[in-house]
Amino acid sequence: MAEEKETIPTTDWEPRIMAFVCNWCTYAGADLAGTSRMEYKPNVRIVKLPCTGRIDPLFIIKAFENGADAVLVSGCHPGDCHYTTGNYHARRRWIGFRGLMEFVGIDTRRLHFSWVSASEAIKWVDLINKVTDEVKELGPFMEYRNLKRGAEEAKP
Amino acid sequence: MPRIGVFVCQCGNNIESTVETKEVAEEMEKLPGVVYTCSYKFMCSSPGQDMFKKAIEENNLDGVVVSACSPHMHEKTFRKASEKAGINPYKCEIANIREQCSWVHPDKTKAVGTAKSVDLTRMVIERLKKNRPLKTINIPVNKRALVIGGGIAGIQAALDIAEGGREVILVEREPSIGGNMAKLSETFPTMDCSQCILTPKMVEAELHDNIKIYTYSEVEKVDGYIGNFSVRIRRKAKYVDEEKCTGCGACWEKCPFKSDSEFEMGLNKRKVIYTPFPQAVPNVPVIDAPNCPKIQKDKCGLCAKVCGPQCIDFEQEDKILTEEVGAIVVATGYQLMPNERFGEYGYGRIKDVISGMQFERLASASGPTGGKIQRPSDGKEPGSVVFIQCVGSRDEAKGVSYCSKVCCMYTAKHTMLYRHKVHDGQAYVFYMDIRSGGKRYEEFVRRAIEHDDAMYLRGRVSRVYERDGKIIVQGADTLSASQVEIEADMVVLATAIVSRTSAATVAKTLGIAYDKHGFYNEYHPKMKPVETVTAGIFLAGTCMGPMDIPESVMMGSASASKILALFSSDEMAREPITAHVNAMTCNACWDCVTACPYTAIDKEEVKDRKGNTVRWQAQVNPGLCQGCGVCVAACRSKAVDLAGYTDEQVYAAINAF
Ligand code: SF4
Ligand code: SF4
Repeated sequence: MAEEKETIPTTDWEPRIMAFVCNWCTYAGADLAGTSRMEYKPNVRIVKLPCTGRIDPLFIIKAFENGADAVLVSGCHPGDCHYTTGNYHARRRWIGFRGLMEFVGIDTRRLHFSWVSASEAIKWVDLINKVTDEVKELGPFMEYRNLKRGAEEAKP
Repeated sequence: MPRIGVFVCQCGNNIESTVETKEVAEEMEKLPGVVYTCSYKFMCSSPGQDMFKKAIEENNLDGVVVSACSPHMHEKTFRKASEKAGINPYKCEIANIREQCSWVHPDKTKAVGTAKSVDLTRMVIERLKKNRPLKTINIPVNKRALVIGGGIAGIQAALDIAEGGREVILVEREPSIGGNMAKLSETFPTMDCSQCILTPKMVEAELHDNIKIYTYSEVEKVDGYIGNFSVRIRRKAKYVDEEKCTGCGACWEKCPFKSDSEFEMGLNKRKVIYTPFPQAVPNVPVIDAPNCPKIQKDKCGLCAKVCGPQCIDFEQEDKILTEEVGAIVVATGYQLMPNERFGEYGYGRIKDVISGMQFERLASASGPTGGKIQRPSDGKEPGSVVFIQCVGSRDEAKGVSYCSKVCCMYTAKHTMLYRHKVHDGQAYVFYMDIRSGGKRYEEFVRRAIEHDDAMYLRGRVSRVYERDGKIIVQGADTLSASQVEIEADMVVLATAIVSRTSAATVAKTLGIAYDKHGFYNEYHPKMKPVETVTAGIFLAGTCMGPMDIPESVMMGSASASKILALFSSDEMAREPITAHVNAMTCNACWDCVTACPYTAIDKEEVKDRKGNTVRWQAQVNPGLCQGCGVCVAACRSKAVDLAGYTDEQVYAAINAF
């Protein structure tokens, strides 16, 4: 079975990053990066949600299942949440979830959590570049894909 | 099978220069359900909009994706156009290929931009397939307002709303409206007498056809949401029939018992049946029940005998009433930090150490001394007075971290009032910094120093004690780097403004947020300074932090204008992005109830026909729900979902990644 596993494509492999962001702060921050014509790595795909508090940890698992090499969650800074406290819920949930991921052996360098406000276009740009570079070094998320494949093969 | 149209915008060259929009459109055409695609130069232009509407109609589309600029730019535009073309506005979605793609990936070969645009658009198309048509929620608006607190901020709000033609209920806990401002002597920087500018407004409020005033009353419970609040008010027993009372005053003239006057800050006594001050509105006395021997021990009852219209009723009880309103102004004001905390300044130990508010009463023509500056211990005119600023303010160790904002100004005013009344008197002021930001404020302080010879000493006071009938004030003068000792006849403390003791309770009743000092939080400190996080509840005056009279008045008017805008239509349209609970799967764990930042979820009892409780379930109030979706992620039974951002929609987008 081992020989059937995908091998790391060495040439022009590009990481795929999924970002779950809130509508009010990070989405607007990313918009500002655009209107300011800043340049950053094209590896991220954004899913907009009203608030980071809306994020179900299963979204993240689903993203990995669909081939994400890293997942990013970003919202308003503590105290700045458009919905007053939604981001605190997100943070608490995130800490628990991250621990669980660590426990099951998932490299938590593939999970990123950040606060990016509507004015922090530079922070957004730096974040995407940093995460992309880091994931590039880690390579494709084969562990997860193999796990998935293993599960599929184990099906009767 | 859905019939989806995809419109890829070139945005002139803004998108087209780095994204091959035709190719994006062609790629999308391959997706199941996509029946129409195009690439167009300016989708938002009016020919673009016409084309958009025509394409929807001609191709019989039931959903559209516009691949263009950020939804924050034109989502509204395209949703409106969709509606005009006959499809539900929530069946129109935007893929952001400009801010998120063409502008940030300046690759002239267009390879990078095109590939990413294809991904982004595909994700939105898949999401759109799960969109359900949603209807804007129309909430009826009850066009009456409640103002809590009858100080200057509340009075101003009430008057402005009433002038706008709407009914107002003004609730005040004391026997009279007027608040703290009624106690002040003159006001900075104009030196006009406080009562002279306030009492006409009090009377105007009393006589206004649109204002109903409940004094000696408190708000006990608030239910409902913006446009539809139901408020329970307790009208405490005054033991006087308000309808019949003429305000003649025979009762309190004859009343043989006395108690400390709250209004005079304990500098004087008042009768047990009393009006707090002569210009009280309404001019109806109340009986201070705990101190009335008739009510306590059935002795006396003199007032009832002398009252002509027979309006004294010792049996009167508190009344509870309910008012329905559409909006609320909270203007509950401030109080002063208890001076007892400052033993080193001799307060409570030395009779002639008083608070700034007590000085206001001494200087007031209607005060206990008729406006003469006399010290409380022996009634003598003080030859020198020491004023100590920042008593409790800007002092985290002993008091509060913030600046009380008005003390610098009123202390300067006090030195002037003192000098104007005691011509050879000498005022000394111990200060940390002088904060006199405000129109004509700095000039005012300079006048106190230069014209009225107030001696300003920069430094703190370490000790205040008595010696040979004088008050000795020891302190530092940091500008001359020396210790100073002043012999004074009176000491006035500029004590910190703090939130009312009941502030937290009131906040909980209303469901509004407050800070660690008990001051109410505005929605946004700059852009929404009078709104609270609870829609329909507004703030005015010092309940949100220390401020002076002009600021309080401004906030009162600002809240009123927000409310009048809200009341300008019969219904309020709300985005239908709200949570819904599935009664079948909710197991009544109440996780959502605790998580919701807006207390928008109620615990609902489900009863059978006989009235027995069968089960409980969570129920979202769409008037209160703001659509954050926190409850959805909190619910372990997956019983809550958020319209517009359902699990189905989000997963569809993720799966199309
Ligand atoms: S969290 Fe879910 S199960 Fe629990 S009460 Fe709310 S809706 Fe019902
Ligand atoms: S979506 Fe947010 S505001 Fe609405 S009920 Fe859920 S937690 Fe409360």
